[in-house]
Amino acid sequence: MSTVISVSGLRKSYGSNHAVDGVDLAIEQGEIFALLGPNGAGKTTTVEILEGFRDRDAGDVKVLGFDPATKARAGQAWRDRIGIVLQSTADAGDLTVYESVSHFAKYYENSKDPREVIELVGLTEKADSLGRTLSGGQRRRLDVALGIIGNPELIFLDEPTTGFDPEARRAFWQLIRKLRDEGATILLTTHYLDEAEALADRVAVINSGKIIEISTPALLGGRATSLATVSWRDGTELRSEKSANPTQLVNQLSTQFGGEVPELNVKRASLEDIYLEMIGGTHE
Amino acid sequence: MSKPTALSIGIARGGLEIKQFMRQRESVVFTMLFPLILLAIFGSVFSNSIAEGVTFSQYFVAGMIASGLVNTGFQQLAIMIPMERDFGTLKRLRGTPMPASSYFIGKAILVTLSMLIQVFLLLAAGVAFFGVNLPTSADKWLLLAALLVLGSACSTILGIAFSNVPKSGRGASAVVSPVVIVLQFFSGVFFIFTDLPHWMQQVAAIFPLKWMTQGARSVFLPDSFATREVAGNWETGRTFAIIAAWLVVGLIWAVRSFKWERD
Repeated sequence: MSTVISVSGLRKSYGSNHAVDGVDLAIEQGEIFALLGPNGAGKTTTVEILEGFRDRDAGDVKVLGFDPATKARAGQAWRDRIGIVLQSTADAGDLTVYESVSHFAKYYENSKDPREVIELVGLTEKADSLGRTLSGGQRRRLDVALGIIGNPELIFLDEPTTGFDPEARRAFWQLIRKLRDEGATILLTTHYLDEAEALADRVAVINSGKIIEISTPALLGGRATSLATVSWRDGTELRSEKSANPTQLVNQLSTQFGGEVPELNVKRASLEDIYLEMIGGTHE
Repeated sequence: MSKPTALSIGIARGGLEIKQFMRQRESVVFTMLFPLILLAIFGSVFSNSIAEGVTFSQYFVAGMIASGLVNTGFQQLAIMIPMERDFGTLKRLRGTPMPASSYFIGKAILVTLSMLIQVFLLLAAGVAFFGVNLPTSADKWLLLAALLVLGSACSTILGIAFSNVPKSGRGASAVVSPVVIVLQFFSGVFFIFTDLPHWMQQVAAIFPLKWMTQGARSVFLPDSFATREVAGNWETGRTFAIIAAWLVVGLIWAVRSFKWERD
């Protein structure tokens, strides 16, 4: 495996606001990496520096071996290898899906076939519809199609499923996995914890411009070893107990009730619980 | 696939710009038909002759052709680009390997086409309904061609530069249109330039539209009319020099201030 994105000591301030305050990251080839954090945590600034949209104050940044601040011809060659799916755009309403996608294909040296990309994002039936007639979810799929038409090695996805219904989100996740399976590395920013859990190989939590932790979703914040909550009904009373050994407790209860435990529920901390605890703890 | 060049992408963008433009019916109508409506109104109201063998319509068509350069370049781009900035079009393009120059080549193609349609419609309507005389010498046609090329280039560049002035796409039209309309009044499009107050003439002389209208008059009005201009002659050299100077100013301004993203 090789490192696709490496960041060390990244800093960016706006006046006295330290938006990014010493971020270190290493993202490996072929992984889906999610960057989580509340609004104003430095998420967008970090990603936009990696995308080459913003300058940085300090730190070393390499994306596909290049400094994203590289301009002109070298910068264009670098952009040929990345795909960016920005937050909510509403442009090209007067062009059909096919017209937009096939036009963007012309910007790249080794673009994919526009029809195949449209198929991949599930817009084949809408290929000849104007952009402004698409639903929110279809619009987002078009954004993705435009982001991946250049056959990128690295894809930036910014809040990709905001405003999706649950079914559309699941279909979208399938698409993201497919892109990863084709060899792309994906950096995802999201507000949705379930999205990070479903998609990401690793997640980083950022708050107040600093990375708090980088881990797999299952291990984040000591989640795997956190206490489980066991709850059950005892007569008319609903009881619950936190336990490091829930299996043992359930066994005891089972013996006590002579088999089935009424309304038994064993719950581990969700990623969301852990996450809220993490960012809550560092709130100023 | 072969490596795309800035020019080949720019030409593809031009095609796309034209396609989008033609699909926005309101803006096609506004940009293309509004000058014809003005011509119809002014041509009907002022049907008198302003000099030996020169009707007001003849004078007005010259002014409207100069205005056409400003409408299709400066006004169109200074309104369109802020909207594209708001929609995220520009930021998305910035994230692709498309060279920046391709975007501007595309805009220049759009301006050129709309400018040519505009000039053609004005001349056709002028000849058909208002007895406007077309130039008869090759020299005058050549002068017109030179004026259209330089004037349109200047107007395009200034439109790109000015696109950073409106704070939002929604407000762009409110910021840009008054600038154009005031300049039209000051520059002798709607009135005979030499009839305007002296101070107004002097303010107008700073800006390129006054020189574009004067240049257009030197094409469409008989040379005998030149004596009635401010300087007593057409000032062709000065006309081209001042338009070219504004082109340079616009270029520096645009390069320094162009933003791909809304702040």
